[in-house]
Amino acid sequence: MKVESLPPAPAGSLPPETWRAGLDARLAPGECVLAWLETDLDERLQFARGLLAVTDQRLLAVAPAGTWQEWSYRDALELLHHDHAGVGTLELQDGTGRKARWRYTLGRNVAALRVIDEFERQRDSHVCGHPVTREADGLCPRCKAPLEPGQEECPICTREMHIPPSTWTLLRLWRFARPYRWRLLAGFLLTLAATAATLVPPYMTMPLMDNVLIPYQNGRPIDTGLVALYLGGLFAAAIFAWVLGWARSYILALVSERIGADLRTATFEHLLKLSLEYFGGKRTGDLMARIGSETDRINIFLSLHLLDFANDVLMIGMTSLILVSINPWLALVTLLPLPLIAWLIHVVRDRLRTGFEKVDRIWAEVTNVLADTIPGIRVVKAFAQEKRETQRFRAANHHNLQVNDRVNRVWSLFSPTVTLLTEVGLLVVWAFGIWQVSRDEITVGVLTAFLAYISRFYLRLDSMSRIVSVTQKAAAGAKRIFDILDHVSSVPEPLSPVHLEQVQGRIELRDVGFRYGNRAVIRSVDLTIHPGELIGLVGHSGSGKSTLVNLMCRFYDVTEGSVLVDGTDVRSLPVAEFRRHIGLVLQEPFLFFGTIAENIAYGQPDATRAEIIAAARAAHAHEFILRLPHGYDSLVGERGQGLSGGERQRISIARALLIDPRILILDEATSSVDTETEKEIQKALDNLVQGRTTIAIAHRLSTLRKADRLVVMDRGQIVEVGNHEQLMAREGAYFRLYQAQARNVDVDAEDVRPPSAVHETKEIAA
Amino acid sequence: MPTPDFRLSRNAFGSLVLTAADGSVHEGVVPVRSFPMAAPREGISLVSADGHELAWIDRLDTVPEALRALVEEELASREFVPEIRRIRHVSSFATPSTWEVETDRGDASLVLKGEEDIRRLSADTLLVADTHGIHFLIRDLRALDKASRKLLDRFL
Repeated sequence: MKVESLPPAPAGSLPPETWRAGLDARLAPGECVLAWLETDLDERLQFARGLLAVTDQRLLAVAPAGTWQEWSYRDALELLHHDHAGVGTLELQDGTGRKARWRYTLGRNVAALRVIDEFERQRDSHVCGHPVTREADGLCPRCKAPLEPGQEECPICTREMHIPPSTWTLLRLWRFARPYRWRLLAGFLLTLAATAATLVPPYMTMPLMDNVLIPYQNGRPIDTGLVALYLGGLFAAAIFAWVLGWARSYILALVSERIGADLRTATFEHLLKLSLEYFGGKRTGDLMARIGSETDRINIFLSLHLLDFANDVLMIGMTSLILVSINPWLALVTLLPLPLIAWLIHVVRDRLRTGFEKVDRIWAEVTNVLADTIPGIRVVKAFAQEKRETQRFRAANHHNLQVNDRVNRVWSLFSPTVTLLTEVGLLVVWAFGIWQVSRDEITVGVLTAFLAYISRFYLRLDSMSRIVSVTQKAAAGAKRIFDILDHVSSVPEPLSPVHLEQVQGRIELRDVGFRYGNRAVIRSVDLTIHPGELIGLVGHSGSGKSTLVNLMCRFYDVTEGSVLVDGTDVRSLPVAEFRRHIGLVLQEPFLFFGTIAENIAYGQPDATRAEIIAAARAAHAHEFILRLPHGYDSLVGERGQGLSGGERQRISIARALLIDPRILILDEATSSVDTETEKEIQKALDNLVQGRTTIAIAHRLSTLRKADRLVVMDRGQIVEVGNHEQLMAREGAYFRLYQAQARNVDVDAEDVRPPSAVHETKEIAA
Repeated sequence: MPTPDFRLSRNAFGSLVLTAADGSVHEGVVPVRSFPMAAPREGISLVSADGHELAWIDRLDTVPEALRALVEEELASREFVPEIRRIRHVSSFATPSTWEVETDRGDASLVLKGEEDIRRLSADTLLVADTHGIHFLIRDLRALDKASRKLLDRFL
């Protein structure tokens, strides 16, 4: 075999620096490394780094301890791969036993798979003597998606990003404020004017004191004209400030309410786009709290607190200017506590922020208990566990209290401290003012004006310090909102979507694997479903039937391999467009709050009444709907109260029929109803199935007799495929399942298995 | 000490072989703890390669030494729950966040996808799942040093 004839190695990049010297020293001239895996665990599963490299001549490995090993390619040599609890294992075996073993964490799985691929290619080429053949366009070793020439990381596999959102979360709200920027500007200008207007009255006290009251004390009569002028000015300023303040508050409140509403809608919209995986990992109460109360908090922050804060800053700025213009020295003394308070705010800020974030999380915990208990109320009552649930709620609530107490301890100290500083400041101004008056440097009027200003000034400072807590609260809320908004769907929209005009309904699963957390749920499944075929998926619960169906619908994306519809990878189709071709009937039909007609037309809201009735007829739902007091206009609740299981199921079948999908998925559609109803539903289903690619999961095998092919699954793998007669003749897994049901025994995991050496009958979850 | 009615040995491929009382032989037997966190030494099941229970060990401490050694050795090579001893650094307090930790198995880094991946097993025991499904254990929250606790506290 000639080295030169090889195309560039797919691994491309070089092994990490640590190993390069050692590796280079061992490589024969002309030998090149084709693939490598840096292992990060040793034999005893301690974190330690080693290397496994496939060259064109042999397999090289270095243990963390630094000992090198090598194996040249021979026929019996095999590299096996399996994983458990997040740890991947590669085993090198020949016919006689295990030669070596390498362990690594699953983050390195892609490299490991590449090593295996390359190893097998090299071994086969060495054994048979033919040069290495490589497919023209490489496939990603993990997801089997075709790679561009020279592209080594698969774009689908590498999209996992770990970029934390920025801490300047509140500034990111600007994205939502932008549409209202002109109104915001108007609000700001009004604020400026209103603040200026409120600063007029204290200024008027100065001439009022110096030109009216002091001269009167000194024996001169009061100049009524002057008094009227000053008082008139005071009144005009107050009215002016009132009008401006009203306009400002109104405009800004209006805007912030709109920003809040936009934020809520945007979050909900984004949330619905996320994959089922996201919903699987989140708790309803938490999500509800985020979208409901967090947006509200941000909203209040924007409309009230931020406004006040801007106002305060302006007020302080303007007041300082006025004070300095009247008397710089007195102004300096007045402003002295300011830096001290700023420092105090800074110190407390950090503690409060974490505290408030915590309070939010705890609050979500309280909501979670509610969201758990209320839907499960029947179970709670049936097992008489009301006390325990109350206890759980009380515990969550108590936890809430504790965290709040801790925050409040810091917080409660904060406000009085600011007040104290204010009082002290006032004292200093009095003292310094009196001293200056005594030296005739200022008039009594100036001192009065100063005192009038600073009482407002410090009041503002106090309310300003409050902004700390609300800002932190709002920032924490914003962070939690952006947590949702920043979450990239694990079922992303393709960058360059392929549009399928007409869907035939051909589904191919190519070496499909799916991992939920660290558990492999589906393993190397290959299956081709022809257009119009009726496929029955059988196997006991937990064998991966529903997961397989979820992968076909792209509720989840495969971890390995690919799902193709009409030869196109589902990951390259726009999600919503693809799902329009799929009709889904679930075991537990979900009816939304609304009329029956609306529920049937859920997938196609513009359906005509005639279409709705046709679908209902085909689903054998028409007659029972007519028996309801309001016919198609009858209201059904969120769980379809007032309708039996079979009735709800037929409505959901009608719903699937109405959109006329090319691909139909029946996930245990008949298993939650009695035999009589099942027959009724079965008739409805027969109408539904015609001419569509159908994948039916059923517990009762009798319902699948008409299936073109039955696919028997066990522990995430396909064990048998064939029609009923073939599978019965084979006397395999299907035969045992069928026998068990024919004996009218409910299928139990143990019943359908060969009577082998089962010592104990305890159930185990593999 | 009760003598078990099966025999266990290791073959050349490094996997466990169980010979049952009725003489049937099963290769690739895997020991599984029923309560890996709550009671690791109790209730160990020997499961065949295709997931069926073959034998049951009530208490690991009561079986013969040789058997126990084999089971423990296999468990040790399968179980991977690094115990966090110290949190050295977290990349951010917002998730996803990369943590540099010291564990009983050496230094490691983990990526925390969301706060809900930290699960509370009991008041002081936490299980942290990283993006690749590896579970890191914090056995006793209060045994961590103050800096680690402070970092962790931001996520709880």
